Amino acid sequence: MGKDDILLKVDGLVKHFELSQGFWGRKAVVQAVDDVSFHICQGETLGLVGESGCGKTTVGRTVIKLYEPTAGAIVFDGRDITGLKEKEMRSLRKRMQIIFQDPYASLNARMTVGDIISEPLIIHSLARGPKLREQAVKLLQKVGLSPNYINRYPHEFSSGQRQRIGIARALAVNPDFIVCDEPISALDVSIQAQVVNLLEDLQQEMGLTYLFITHDLSMVKHISKRIGVMYLGKLVELAESSELYQRPLHPYTRALLSAIPVPDPDAAAQKQRVILKGDLPSPINPPAGCRFRTRCQFARDICSRSNPEMIQVGLKHMVACHIVINRLTDRFFNK
Amino acid sequence: MYEIPKEKFNPLLERNNDTADIIRPGVTYWGDAWHRLRQNKMAMLGMYTIILIILLAIWGPILSQHSYSDQYLDKQGLGPSNEHWFGTDGLGRDLFVRVLYGARISLAVGLVASLLNLTVGVLYGGIAGLAGGRVDNLMMRMVDMFYSIPLVLYVILMMVLIGPGLKSIFMALGLVYWLEMARVVRAQILTLKEQEFVMAARALGASQARILFRHLIPNCMGPIIITVSMNIPLAIFTEAFLSFLGLGVAIPMASWGVLASDALPAIRSYPHLLFFPAMAISLTILAFNFLGDGLRDALDPRLRK
Amino acid sequence: MNNILEVKNLSTSFFTHAGEIKAVRDISFNVGAGEAIGIVGESGSGKSVTALSIMNLLPYPGRIIRGSVCFAGTELTNLKERKMQLVRGNEMGMIFQDPMTSLNPVYTVGNQIMEPLIRHQKLNRGEARNKAIEMLSLVGIPGPENRLNLYPHEFSGGMRQRVMIAMALCCKPKLLIADEPTTALDVTIQAQIIELLKDLEVNINTSIILITHDLGVVAELCNRVIVMYAGSVAEKGTTRDVFYNPRHPYTWGLLKSIPNANAEQKERLIPIDGQPPDLMHTPAGCPFCPRCAYAMQICAEDQPPLYRLGEQHRAACWLLHPSAPRVERGR
Repeated sequence: MGKDDILLKVDGLVKHFELSQGFWGRKAVVQAVDDVSFHICQGETLGLVGESGCGKTTVGRTVIKLYEPTAGAIVFDGRDITGLKEKEMRSLRKRMQIIFQDPYASLNARMTVGDIISEPLIIHSLARGPKLREQAVKLLQKVGLSPNYINRYPHEFSSGQRQRIGIARALAVNPDFIVCDEPISALDVSIQAQVVNLLEDLQQEMGLTYLFITHDLSMVKHISKRIGVMYLGKLVELAESSELYQRPLHPYTRALLSAIPVPDPDAAAQKQRVILKGDLPSPINPPAGCRFRTRCQFARDICSRSNPEMIQVGLKHMVACHIVINRLTDRFFNK
Repeated sequence: MYEIPKEKFNPLLERNNDTADIIRPGVTYWGDAWHRLRQNKMAMLGMYTIILIILLAIWGPILSQHSYSDQYLDKQGLGPSNEHWFGTDGLGRDLFVRVLYGARISLAVGLVASLLNLTVGVLYGGIAGLAGGRVDNLMMRMVDMFYSIPLVLYVILMMVLIGPGLKSIFMALGLVYWLEMARVVRAQILTLKEQEFVMAARALGASQARILFRHLIPNCMGPIIITVSMNIPLAIFTEAFLSFLGLGVAIPMASWGVLASDALPAIRSYPHLLFFPAMAISLTILAFNFLGDGLRDALDPRLRK
Repeated sequence: MNNILEVKNLSTSFFTHAGEIKAVRDISFNVGAGEAIGIVGESGSGKSVTALSIMNLLPYPGRIIRGSVCFAGTELTNLKERKMQLVRGNEMGMIFQDPMTSLNPVYTVGNQIMEPLIRHQKLNRGEARNKAIEMLSLVGIPGPENRLNLYPHEFSGGMRQRVMIAMALCCKPKLLIADEPTTALDVTIQAQIIELLKDLEVNINTSIILITHDLGVVAELCNRVIVMYAGSVAEKGTTRDVFYNPRHPYTWGLLKSIPNANAEQKERLIPIDGQPPDLMHTPAGCPFCPRCAYAMQICAEDQPPLYRLGEQHRAACWLLHPSAPRVERGR
């Protein structure tokens, strides 16, 4: 795979939010995303998993410049978009879109379905007059909704149908890259599969590239080619999906994988679980060194002293953990 | 077990696909609110009273053979009768027409207050909320400043500057009556603008104006309507109160406050002169308050399931 | 078996101004002493309404229109609210989905745990305090003595859910109803809570009704499962019956629409087509008929009975009728 195929490259992305506390505005800084680097190739799906508060949503919103990055570089299709002003971003917005988690909050309740999905066409002057409606009808059909619903309001639909409307809105501008921000988390099991299949079909048909953000590990494995695991604002492991599931290296990834409840009573009875101690530390004051060390059963001195870097350990496998790296190098030299 | 004919177990060929596709006949936000409002008897009573007052204020004086300034010198201080329903005042003017005329002024005051609310208040609050940060801070401190000065002071200031009359009352109301709305709208927008549908609009490259007018303000309509309906009676009452003190509308124009104030010296001889304008004031304000309460219950999202 | 709870032909409806919503239609089940039973279903399947009907906590305009709920020999459907309050929180505990909103933010956690102890168990404050400390350490909260004086917002989501469980358990209820106890939590925290509930099942021998949409959670925790669809029971049986030998097409669909995390090859997911029915206009026949790949003429006309398939195993599907064609699981 040549370098030319890379659609999005993120290098050392940092996003801090300032929280003002108290009357005189003493500032506290939430380190939502800290030094995250990855790339996504054309037509590929990169999964981003992690628990709430790990910064995965912030990454998704920052790479399409809904949030201004604090530091780092975002390169989209060979062009550095990190410092672009909103006005300059406008034309690029046609190429990058986002699908949201909450099918209730992501649609404006006061607009009809037709208005919602033709809004992007109006904003970018892609269609007008009778053409506008024609386009909207086409989009509805594309996501598997009947065009008869065009004058209905969002609340008249079930959550799965609403998610389809959100997808139609994102597709209206014919984008290359879509950030899927937990698009299935709020849906029922039987409907989740419908939406995932729809996203996969659209990817095939339109050559879309996805950044698929979720906390559902079984679904992310199904849809993504490569998966990044985030913990407390850091990327801790990045690998091809089958590799990640068969050979998870980072202790956090292992705990995460073992925590998935399996719909199989016998297997569940036998399963050995890695149960993590305690809770997620606050991103306002993350632990020094490795951020996972407070909950890690293998933590040593070095983990609190220095921050582990992402190190390549396989063909497409990177991990950020002192212990794993030590063990791997030991094994390599003792052999 | 009862017998079931074999052919019933043939595959279902003609599927009534509509059943899977049917979506709930939409109970819209407004439909739902209207349903709630209709169940609230007091609110409906208030609404009908307001409609009646508006109709009377518009058509009443035209239909009546008397005018608000016609003096019948032979009929001074009469009690209510078939000829003059509310009687006549000390100068022989028909009180019914004058009260209706007062309703025009009161409603005009209410209208001005609500227009200011809807334009200046909504816009100001909307812009402050959307801009956020330093701009928001500055704009809202200005609102605080306006708030800290009592209304009467504004009125007196206006009187001095442009003389007494309806104009100075409108000006004073103008300075004050959009403040609360600005606060309400700003607070709403601060929470709304973090919602995903606004994010989506930004991701589509929508301009700030589009986000404000197409997405944010339509979603604040509930609180906006409640605030307007609560502010109208307040404005009407303020006008009546100021006119009663002699700070408002001048004679021969007949605001309810003026009528009540005029009636005061002769209260022992002609109590009806005070009774009817006072009744009109209370009735209108009660009606607006009932309607406002009803609207609050009907539109408040916290009460919705 | 010694049943702690017997639900017979329970039907619950919500009477809204737009019409009657038949949320639960004619469901029956028993819960044995010390048993954990799972009720699975998607949103709108009536699983939460079932729980609320049992607790007699239906919000307006919901009403139980038929059937009986018999708890430890007492009929609950017509019990006076005052008597019901003695049952709730004392003999029957409940854990709700959202640990953020189900604790009162203005009282300390200690106060909230001690309140039912003082009211129902007539303990004095000191005894209640000791008991509360004991309960908090039982649910795995470190340093319970100090945590008693904290307010709910000072706890994390997982900790709050533990507090909720401690509260539900502190009066040693005979039955614990857990309505989506892990849905709002992260996977690793969910795993902690699942382990905790497993331990509790063994240690204090409480019957549990677990309501969830997550088949995985059921497989880990429950002995028996009830699969609900559109307000009625589609299939029920032991967990092994339902997971290894499902007989209702809806159960097949549910199990198939979950991606197999162990699959080597990437296979296409098989979703259940269509949308769940509108409970205001329930179809005449089987509620699953419009989404079912095996639908027959009779499915559109008559509601299928619950066929007996084994000791515990029942499924409501016309395919199980002797005259029906044989179909293999899957499609």
